Amino acid sequence: MNGWSELDEFLRTDPRDVGCAQAMEMMHIYADLVAAGAPVQERYPGFAAHLRSCGPCAEDFDGLLAALRDEAN
Amino acid sequence: MVPGGSGVEEPTAAAAGLDAESAQWLRLLAGTGPGRESALERLHAMLVRIARREVARRGPRLRVTGPELEDLAYQAAADALIAITGKLGQFRGESRFTTWAYKFVIFEVSAKIGRHFWRHPAVPLDAEDWDRLPDRFGFDPAHQAEWRDLLGALHRAVDDKLTARQRAVFIAIVLNGVPLDTLVIELASNRNAIYKTLFDARRKLRAALAANGYLPGDCLRSS
Repeated sequence: MNGWSELDEFLRTDPRDVGCAQAMEMMHIYADLVAAGAPVQERYPGFAAHLRSCGPCAEDFDGLLAALRDEAN
Repeated sequence: MVPGGSGVEEPTAAAAGLDAESAQWLRLLAGTGPGRESALERLHAMLVRIARREVARRGPRLRVTGPELEDLAYQAAADALIAITGKLGQFRGESRFTTWAYKFVIFEVSAKIGRHFWRHPAVPLDAEDWDRLPDRFGFDPAHQAEWRDLLGALHRAVDDKLTARQRAVFIAIVLNGVPLDTLVIELASNRNAIYKTLFDARRKLRAALAANGYLPGDCLRSS
């Protein structure tokens, strides 16, 4: 990805984005669904859109999923 | 969006009917006596394990190592345990209890890392070095002639189109690389409010650049 496309990607906003408050409130539910193999990106596009744009929430979600996968192993 | 807007996207996980393990956690933690003490001890040990694993996962990207990282994990676990026991009544059974509980310790790890960077900033939080911008987005210095005008237009849009608050958030996060959770502390705000401010700034800046032909017109992403 070159500078133009990276800047364009960063500046693009998705009106479906649910924001941090809702993402953080529901994160445990989505995490269980993803861990169970549910198609969360298709069923919950607003949550997926948020994770694409919000580094801190994406990091938290990755950490939560890693914890669940660690627990399952 | 919109962040904090009214478009609630509720998952359809079963709210009713706890799984047996979650029900047992709730029963023990809401109870009294040795059963509760034992459950608290077990939950704390699980939270410490998750916190240590999480700081180790994030560690390579942090300027925190060794005992400081270990201390951060233990503090996160202790604070998460307090939050969990204080919010037991808010658990609605929409996930497994342990997933709900782990969320708190992950959030605590994030908050404590944010606080660490607030105490030890890599660059002053109010610095403003526009020379960082090309590197931030991976512009090739060898092709400066191609992107100089674009970044000049972006700089002008930041100065002319954004509110003072949006400008300050954009400068801190984008130019200075201040973690969003650190800016939350600096501005005595919350993650959603800072994200919303940056979201609105991004939308304005893109519109300005698109109106002047620097970027293509807006369209909704399909993925």
